[in-house]
Amino acid sequence: MRILLASLAVILSTLTGAGVALAAGLGKPEPWQMDLQVAVTPSAEGIASFHTLLLWIIIPIALFVLGLMIYVLVRFNEKANPEPSTVTHNTTLEFVWTVVPILILVVIAIPSFRLLYLQRDIPQADLTIKATGNQWYWTYEYPEHKSGDGEAVSFDAVMKTKEELKDGEPYLLATDTPVVVPVNAIVKVIVTASDVLHAWAVPSFGTKMDAVPGRLNETWFKAEKEGIYYGQCSELCGKDHAYMPIEVRVVSEAAYKKWLEETKTAGIETAVKNLIAHMDAKTATRKLAKLKNNN
Amino acid sequence: MAEAAAQHDGHDHHPTGWRRYLFSTNHKDIGTMYLWFAMFSGIVGGLLSLGMRMELAEPGIQYFHGLAQIVYGVDADAALDAGKHMFNVFTTAHGLIMVFFMVMPALIGGFGNWFVPLMIGAPDMAFPRMNNISFWLLPVALSLLVMSMFVEGPPGAMGVGGGWTVYPPLSTTGQPGPAMDYAILALHIAGASSILGAINFITTIFNMRAPGMTMHKTPLFVWSILITVFLLLLSLPVLAGGITMLLTDRNFGTSFFSPEGGGDPILFQHLFWFFAHPEVYVLILPAFGLISHIVSTFSRKPIFGYLGMAYAMTAIGVVGFIVWAHHMYTVGLDVDTQAYFTAATMVIAVPTGIKIFSWIATMWGGSISLRTPMLWALGFIFLFTSGGVTGVVLANAGADRALHDTYYVVAHFHYTMSLGATFGVFAGWYFWFPKMFGYMYNPTIARVHFWMAFIGVNLVFFPQHFLGLAGMPRRYIDYPEAFAGWNAVSSYGAYLSSAAVLVFLFGVYEAFKKKRPAGDNPWGPSADTLEWTLSSPPPFHQFNDLPVIK
Repeated sequence: MRILLASLAVILSTLTGAGVALAAGLGKPEPWQMDLQVAVTPSAEGIASFHTLLLWIIIPIALFVLGLMIYVLVRFNEKANPEPSTVTHNTTLEFVWTVVPILILVVIAIPSFRLLYLQRDIPQADLTIKATGNQWYWTYEYPEHKSGDGEAVSFDAVMKTKEELKDGEPYLLATDTPVVVPVNAIVKVIVTASDVLHAWAVPSFGTKMDAVPGRLNETWFKAEKEGIYYGQCSELCGKDHAYMPIEVRVVSEAAYKKWLEETKTAGIETAVKNLIAHMDAKTATRKLAKLKNNN
Repeated sequence: MAEAAAQHDGHDHHPTGWRRYLFSTNHKDIGTMYLWFAMFSGIVGGLLSLGMRMELAEPGIQYFHGLAQIVYGVDADAALDAGKHMFNVFTTAHGLIMVFFMVMPALIGGFGNWFVPLMIGAPDMAFPRMNNISFWLLPVALSLLVMSMFVEGPPGAMGVGGGWTVYPPLSTTGQPGPAMDYAILALHIAGASSILGAINFITTIFNMRAPGMTMHKTPLFVWSILITVFLLLLSLPVLAGGITMLLTDRNFGTSFFSPEGGGDPILFQHLFWFFAHPEVYVLILPAFGLISHIVSTFSRKPIFGYLGMAYAMTAIGVVGFIVWAHHMYTVGLDVDTQAYFTAATMVIAVPTGIKIFSWIATMWGGSISLRTPMLWALGFIFLFTSGGVTGVVLANAGADRALHDTYYVVAHFHYTMSLGATFGVFAGWYFWFPKMFGYMYNPTIARVHFWMAFIGVNLVFFPQHFLGLAGMPRRYIDYPEAFAGWNAVSSYGAYLSSAAVLVFLFGVYEAFKKKRPAGDNPWGPSADTLEWTLSSPPPFHQFNDLPVIK
């Protein structure tokens, strides 16, 4: 019981903000993280606030039940209460514990449906990407953009091995070729698979969509913050299920256009190399500015 | 001589030795065999999970490549790939064994067989020979499942690594070897065993209640078994159909689930979950039933809201059939379909709440003694509540978008099953052990078992909520560095839980060794169901004169 109480106390403290020190970085999980990853899309923000609401309902309910049990054990143990009562019915009480949960569920249902319809009513897209799951990597296609040979811009994203990682890139999350999208654009993702089931998921975007052979599933996101966002395959797909991550780089409109242009003309490898150099430089400038401000 | 003849006339035929068990038509012997079988399977399934938790204690692959080399004799180059697949084989076998060969045999086959006839005042089950085949199909099914781990699954690797859900195409074109066929046949046979058992229980409960025992006077454990077996009878044929289609897709050129031939992989998921959602209630409902008896016995008070409890279970059973697609929120269901399944799923919280509050109301005003079965029952109530409230979170399609197929789900269903159903099994074990075997367990060992298990399983599964929220997908052999902390805590919990199992086994050994007589009713007059009117252990055949319920 004590351990459980301690754990509950920890969640409560997270909930009330005392656990912020343990909160997530951007686009990837952090050590000892206890909450959702930082939200950067309307769907993820919706999930985060809805989840907070749910925590404010379910933790008190669990504590209420625990409290009742402790009270009963103290007040009605055989020493404190040697003569048991014989009460087996209380219509009012039974009515209350049937109706109050229904009311609580209605309170949950309203924001729940609002969130669901936000996620699944797909708005007019600025950009469409097709993600195809393969054993064990993702293939991406930008069907609206043709490269020099008249084919749509397309590339494979394979997980980077430990040796291929650059400084600070997380193992099992970083890929050799990231998906690149402009910030604040509504991106529609068409998800399918070529062999077995996979699922395209990015926690910070609040998106998760199964990749099913023979089906074209749609999801969408509008990333409101530049950065690198990671996700992982989320439907069991065989031995390397844990080794086909998703990396999305959200960049400025200008950087995205430059990347797209270079992909069409100079090839994806050059484009990605230049983009990463550009992003790294930007991060470095930002860090420098921060340092100066601090001084 | 005269005595023997008299016994023979009374059909008190009492075979001995191996015949007594292999040919058994006695519900108590069959129940006992179910319990030992469940214990054996639980140890196998537990060792599989211990292997997984050891592997997941830190990032990287520590053990499975070595394990693959030892078990399958693959050479060092292929060991890593073989190990990765082997991990999936472990998750698959752990799930299937715990569901079909541990919890179900313990609660339905074991306690159901033992106590349904005793509680309703019947001499035996309605179809004693069918009862025998129900049990003996199970070792066959388990053997097939274990054999599947040693034949080819995907090219060049052994065993089924498709998860207990065996979704195609990973279970068809993804793993063409015979391992999957073995697993399908194992499920067929386990399913047939359960259907036969279900028919037997329904017939027994409807027709063999003692004179005067109307349905509304039938003990809640009997109610819970009745509802459970109805769920099995109605849902298992759907699973059987689904996996038969899988079998023909694999071997006879049909394409129910392959888009190339006009089929759809999602169809299998609908069929599977139409079975598997009622199945998860199959695992928990019998525990609901026996917890009511335990809470009432040790509060020295009658059950509060008996009828409400019975019909709450009925409601859970009925609604359980119309919520299956909440396991499939991310497959691309239409938004309105998701909205329906969200609403329907949340409704289940209402009858579940009625049960929780009625248990507390049973204790309210009681005179509670904290003997071992009561400890397990209290643990059950609180942990099931915790698993239940995370179920409300997952019921919402919008929130499930973030949590589907993450460790949050793993935490949720283990709180209801690993902590819920299994705590129910142990509560029932300690409650009925004196009745079944005539001996009293050692209360100190039993308490140590409880506290180690309680702390252990909470350490295993509570941190998994955090992992899930942070986005760690399930069925992963390796994970990013950031998830290392909580995974380590979870693994330490698994070691503690495993030690608790050893304490449990020692307690069983100790009780049989010391042979402390338990007496007919060690729990006092508040243990008021019919089994406590008999000797401990009960006679080989009971109720030759039917008891009359006033």
